[in-house]
This record gives sequence, structure tokens and C-alpha cells, in this order.
Amino acid sequence: MVSESMSADAEQPFLQIDNMTKRFGHFTALDQISLQIHSGEFVCFLGPSGCGKTTLLRAIAGLDIQDEGRVTMNGRDVSLAPPADRDFGIVFQSYALFPNLTVAANVGYGLVNQRWPQRRIAERVAELLALVGLPEQGEKYPVQLSGGQQQRVALARALATSPGLLLLDEPLSALDARVRLRLREEIRDLQRRLGVTTIMVTHDQEEALTMADRIVVMNHGVIEQIGTPNEVYARPATAFVADFVGTMSFFEGTLTASNQLTVAGIDLACDDDRGLSAGTRVTVGLRPEEVRVRDVAPDQPNTLQVRVEDLEYLGAFCRARLRTIAGDVPILADFSANLMRDMQITLDRTLTVALPASSLHVFATPIDELTAEEAA
Amino acid sequence: MSVTATRQPTPDISRRRASLRPSENLVAGALVALLCVFLLISIAFPLYALLSKSVLNARGEFVGLANFAAYFANPILVTSLFNSLFIAALSTVIVIPLAFTYAYALTRTCMPAKPLFYALALLPLFAPSLMSALSLVYIFGNQGFLRWMLFGNTIYGPIGIVIAQVTYTFPHAVLILVTALGLSDGRLYEVADALGTSKTRIFRTVTLPGAQYGLISAAFVVFTLVITDFGIPKVIGGQYNVLATDVYRAVVGQQNFEMGAVVGMILLVPAVLAYSVDRIVNRRQVALLSARAVPYQPAPKKARDLGFVVYCLVVAFLVAAALGVAVWASFIQYWPYNLSFTTANYNFPRFEPNGWNPYFTSVKMAALASIIGTVVIFTGAYVIEKTKAFPMARGFAHFLAMLPVAVPGLVLGLGYVFFFNAPWNPLNIFYATLTILVVNTITHFFTVSHITALTALKQIDREFESVSASLKVPFWNTFRRVTVPICLPSILDIAVYLFINAMTTVSAVIFLYGAQTKLASISIVHMDEAGFIAAAAAMATMIVATSIAVKVLHILLDRFFLARFQFWRRR
Repeated sequence: MVSESMSADAEQPFLQIDNMTKRFGHFTALDQISLQIHSGEFVCFLGPSGCGKTTLLRAIAGLDIQDEGRVTMNGRDVSLAPPADRDFGIVFQSYALFPNLTVAANVGYGLVNQRWPQRRIAERVAELLALVGLPEQGEKYPVQLSGGQQQRVALARALATSPGLLLLDEPLSALDARVRLRLREEIRDLQRRLGVTTIMVTHDQEEALTMADRIVVMNHGVIEQIGTPNEVYARPATAFVADFVGTMSFFEGTLTASNQLTVAGIDLACDDDRGLSAGTRVTVGLRPEEVRVRDVAPDQPNTLQVRVEDLEYLGAFCRARLRTIAGDVPILADFSANLMRDMQITLDRTLTVALPASSLHVFATPIDELTAEEAA
Repeated sequence: MSVTATRQPTPDISRRRASLRPSENLVAGALVALLCVFLLISIAFPLYALLSKSVLNARGEFVGLANFAAYFANPILVTSLFNSLFIAALSTVIVIPLAFTYAYALTRTCMPAKPLFYALALLPLFAPSLMSALSLVYIFGNQGFLRWMLFGNTIYGPIGIVIAQVTYTFPHAVLILVTALGLSDGRLYEVADALGTSKTRIFRTVTLPGAQYGLISAAFVVFTLVITDFGIPKVIGGQYNVLATDVYRAVVGQQNFEMGAVVGMILLVPAVLAYSVDRIVNRRQVALLSARAVPYQPAPKKARDLGFVVYCLVVAFLVAAALGVAVWASFIQYWPYNLSFTTANYNFPRFEPNGWNPYFTSVKMAALASIIGTVVIFTGAYVIEKTKAFPMARGFAHFLAMLPVAVPGLVLGLGYVFFFNAPWNPLNIFYATLTILVVNTITHFFTVSHITALTALKQIDREFESVSASLKVPFWNTFRRVTVPICLPSILDIAVYLFINAMTTVSAVIFLYGAQTKLASISIVHMDEAGFIAAAAAMATMIVATSIAVKVLHILLDRFFLARFQFWRRR
């Protein structure tokens, strides 16, 4: 396998998934998923619980074989191969460390089986423990370690056999907030240094945004969008992605002409109407931080009068609930402490705000369908 | 960069490993298949043999329900049915309140010496059921020192059966009720108290509803144990016929296999019913307690605690006496005329053609059943729970493993007679051998052990197998290096459970032993039949002593050995 990967065409993806479908009874967990992952990439599967991200990871690992579809790893078809025939290491949310074995024995678990000589195993284990920042801890048992330390051991164990692919199944979810932040950086750093292709499953958008090279956003067993963190955040492909990654206010609108739309009688310009024809009912999305207050003249395009209805103090900034004077449309806006002071924003004040055309995202899904889904 | 990940393990290693891969499925599949074959032979086919025998006549022709019709047309046999129901109902009505109060004292009071009282209540588990009947013969029998208390009634009959059954089933009921009462939400009591609720109302509205499923379950278990028990009515039933003794007489005495099969089928009814109720009840009991519940902590209260101590002392004394008198009497010269000490009753060759052999056969059988049974059951539970090959076969194996608990020993024994003694069956070479006794005993107590093993296995992280697979370690390595060490306490529990039950069981094996393989418990029945009651008591004492010795050994092992070598369990 090694020689194959060396000689493999650089263009060829390390992992390719074609039309993968997995059903549990009548429930379709994965619906025709296709995906390519390149060598050395860090990819996050992001989505709410039940979206199929873990099912997809387990199918890639061969732990739960898909009903239909193909998995190609390093040019080799492993669709039906058992896990041991695939080249990967895995880390679970529960750590899954063997409690009766020392840290060193846990890390060396896979090496013993490959008939490595004792001395080489010991060297390799020491090397790995140093790598994950736990040198000299080899003689301890898992219960003697903190959650964060246990997860490092699990990581070392997964990397011990130098797998071509590292799978992380919500590795940080069981840890408390501070440890999570630190380990997030460490894992990312480690992955960069080793260059090992990595897939991480998470429901935490912040985790995905900070760690991933590319994010695969999933919902209801289908891929909603694949893109870099910036693409996913700044140009969400669907209203679901916009809502799940970051915060967005949504309004009901209608396209009036090319890149022109109206929301509750207010005419607005947008940069991208997704080629939808005039007259189409659409959902318009706006990120709170895009609402502009400084240097806004009332005669500029896309400006409107709003009243400050509510202010929620969030430390570094305030989230304001605004309501347009004309049309009575609620809008969320984030104002920095600075801005609040400079512009003297207080409750019940009337402001003139601008909504840049580039910040208005048009989605084809009508808003009532969107909210119906949320309710369900 | 030198550190890792530039995939340096040589390709030939991974290729060689890879070529071994399919065998993992093969091994798992073979183990599942073996388990299925074992369970088919040991439980499914014998049960089917019993079922078919009950609808065939002596010449093997299908006669439908004619055997059942003949049974219900026979007034003597129908009387036995009513006798059995009466005895079982009466024993249940007596033992449940007794055991509930006892379990309440153990869980809801601050009475001292709780572990001791708990241990005393469980004593009868270490003896054959008929041991308490032997004691009753000494206390209330024709030469009994308290015979006057019966006001001219005889102990040989319903009175004796019921008293002995109450003793025998008491620990089973206490075990269930202690669990039920132990699963309580202390917050409910605090709320009730805060609302100024009276103690009796709290008992009625919080305690009883919380324990109701345990009560139902215990009642069914006791009823089934009584109706299917053979040893007690055999020893102390006198002329009072019950279903269990009818089966024995029909099969062993009259070779009337068809009638035996009919009674066996009838005995299966309450057992299957109890099993179904227990499964439903268990599901509800678990749902009753939310994950946030805080266990109830009783507060000391002098008068109440003292009252319960007195109650428990009396009950524990009676339970201990029901076994102790037989032990005592086994060392007595000639009851009740010469009460001097003797070991003459242990000179078994005087009373029993096989001498001490039955005892050693029992120990050997129990040891074999314990070792082989533990290996089969734990490995079986592992492949069912943790491997992924052949889901249908694993489901089927689990179904078969859950069957034996619904089959009373007597019925299982009958099934074995019909299946293994059949002339067409090549397996009939095993009839009356130690092999069949071991297989029968393992099967008889399979389900409880299977559940114990499953429970232990379910507590282990289910990703261990996934991790092993990702590290290319075959499952049997993980089984050996991780699963077995983690489950060692449960494995020991299973081994001890099988050993003790193998030592004390009478009902299934009574049909299966041969001249060379007579067991101690059967020898008791024979010596009692021959009138050597003291020798029977002596043999029973040997069984109890052996069972308790094994249990004590188990506790010591658990405390010292496991505590020392399993320090990784604690921080």
C-alpha cells in the first residue's frame, strides 16, 4: 500500500466515496453521499446530531458497512473490507482506553501484534508519548489520568501504527471547555506536523471552523456544503448551513429583478441572486456582524431606519434586536462595545443602518419550509 | 518530522496481517455456530422431544391431545394438580410478606449487622431444597421434639411441604425484593416529608408503588419454584400428591412417559408465565428510576430499628434452624433417644451401596460444570454481544440462551430422558454418563449466567473492538488481554453460581444419573426413601459445607486477590 501511495498521481484523492447510502430500517442515515478527501487534508464532518456524520465516519472505517456505494482508499477499493484491512487509526469520544493496561501498553497495543521487537516498541511508545505531551507517563493506568490526558493517550495509540488516515469521532466532546480549547490546538498542530490525512466528526461549528482545512456540512444524511471554513461561513450554500454555522437572521423576500429583491416593502440590492428569476419567493439571510452603523448616509442604497428593541450584553459586544420602522422586520445585529459608545446606541433609539449588498444571502428555500423544519 | 506518520511499518507486515483478516469472521462465525449447536442439543431438541412425546402414544403415533384428556379424566392426577396449585399459592402468600419485611429492614432501616442478616437469609441457597424438609422431620416428625405443636396433625403432608417451601424460597424472594427496595429515589421521600405526609401514607404512596414490580416478580418466581420443586414433597409430602412427585412416579416408577410428558407440559405453564411477567416487570422497574435519582438514605430511629432487629433475629433464626437441625441431627447417635455425638452417619457405605462416591461425583460434576460452563457461557456471551458476524445466528443463539430459565429442572430432565434416551439418537451413548449430567446442569443454569456475562460485557466500552480492529489486532487477542481481565469478577460469579447450583440441584438430574454417576443430592433422596434419615442429613450437610466453603473462597478471592491485582479499577 505504501509504494502505491508514493507512486500515486498527486491529483488522485486519498479517499474517495461514491454514492454511499446507509439505511437503518426505514431511516436513511446516509443518502447518496459522494466525497473526495486529499492526502494530508484535515476535514471536518459537521452537523447536528442524527445528521449521519458519525455513520459516514464508521462506514469509512468499515465498522458499519454501507448498504450501497463505494469507498476507495489510496486507489484501492475497500468498500467491503473489514476495518483491519483498511489503513486508519481512530479516536473515540469515550477514549476507549483499555483500563487494565498501562498507558504504554495501550499505546503499544497495535505494535505488539505486528511482532515488533520489544525494544523498538518501547522506543516507539516513548516517542509517541512525547509527541502528545505525556512523556514519562507510560507506567500509569488510564484511571490515573485526567480526561484530556486520556484523550492524548488515545491519540498516541491511534497514531502508533502510522496509519494513512486518522479518524476522530467527536474527540473533544467529553472534555471540559478549557481542556477542549487547548487540545483543539494541539491536535491541529500535530496533524500539520505529521501531515496525516484526518477526518474529524463534530457538532461544534467553532471546532470545525478553527481546525479544518475543509468542512463537510451534513444534514438529514445528505451533504449540504463542502468548503473551506471561510467559504462555509461567508458563502453558505443553503439556508441550513447559514443557520448552523454562525448566526443569521432570515427574512421572507421576493426577487424583483436581477440582483434586486424586496423584503416587507423595502427594496434591497444583493450581489448574488443565484440566478433565480424575478418573482421567486426566497429567504434572505443576514449575519448580525454585517449590519453597518458607522458612516451611513440615508440616501445610500440598502439603508433603512430601525428602532433598537432589545440589547443583549455579551461581553465584548452586544447583540441587538432591531426592528425596521417601515415593514416591521426584525433584524439581529452585533455591535462592538466601541461602536455602542461612539454611536450612543441605547434602547428605543432609532438608527439608520446599512445592509451591504454583499452580505445579503439569497436562498431558494421559502422561509416557512425552513421554520417548519426547525420546529420538527 | 522524523517522529512518525511517514508510514514506516514495512508493507509485508500489513499485507501478511491483511491476509489473516477473513479468518476473524470465520472464527467468530464458527464460535456462534458451535454455541447454536450446543444450545440446540442441550435445550431446543429436548424441549421438542417433550412436546412431541406429550402428543404421541406409547407406540409413537400422533394422538393429539388424547394424553391431556386422559390426564384430566383421572381424578387422582387432577387432585395432584389442585394440590400443587394450593401449596404454591399458600407458600407464596406466606413468603412474600415475610421476605418483604426482611428486605425492608435490610434496605430502609439503620438496623445493625445488616450484612450478617443478609447472609443468614441467603443460607438456604447453599443447600438442596429438601434439606429443610429433613429438618422438619426431626422437629415435627413422628419422633420430633415439637410434634405436640401440630395438635395431632402430621408434618408429612401439606403443612410440612409449605413450611419447607417457605424456607427454600425465602432467599430468592429476599434477593429480588432487596434489589427492588434498593432502587429508590430518596428525593421522593424528602418531598413527601416536606409536604408533611404521614409515615403510613408515604409507605402507601411512595414505598409500595416503588417496589410493586419487585413484589410481582418475586411472587411469580416463588410460585414457580414451589410448583416445580421435587425434593421437598418427595421427602415430606407423605400421601399428599403433587405434580412434581407425579412426574417422578410416572416416569421412574411406571415408565409411563406419555403421562410424564403431559405433566411436564403442565409444569411448563407457570414457569413460562413467570418468565414473561418477569421480563415485562424488569423493563418497567428500570424505567421507574431516572438517572438523576438519589438513593434513599435511612435515618436512625431507635424504636423502629429495634423492632426490625427483633423481627430479623426471629426470621433468621428460623431459617438457620431449618438447615441447622439437619446438620445437628447428622451428628446425633439415635434421635431423639440418644443425643450423644457421633460421626457414624457419615459412614455412608453403611447406608448407600455407592458409599462416599456420590459426594465425590457431585464435586467432580460441579467442578466440571463450573469450569466448562463458565468458558462456554462467557465466550458465548462475548461473541453474541461483541462480534458482528452473522447477526441472525447471534440473535438465534441469544434466544436459545434465554430459554432455559423458563424451563423447570424437572421438565428439562424429562426432555433429556426423551431426547437422549431415544434409541434412534446416536447421542444416547451419553445417557447416564457424567457428560450428560454436566451438560444438563450447565443448561439448567445457563440463562442467569448468560445474563450476568452480558451485563458485564455491556458495561465495557463498546468501541474496544473497533479500536482493536483499527490496530489490526484480532478480537481474540483483545478478548484475552482486555475483556477477560476486566470481567474477571463476573466470571468468578458465574463459576461459583454454577458450582453451587450443580451441588444442590436434584430435579433435573434425578432422571439422568446412572449407577456410576449417582450424585450426592440424589443419594439423599435414596437414603431418605430407605429410612436412613440421619445419613441423608449427613450427606446434605456435606453439600452445604462444600457450597459454603466454595462461596467463602470466592469472597476471599474477590477481596484479596482481585483487590490486589486489579488496582487499575481504582484511582
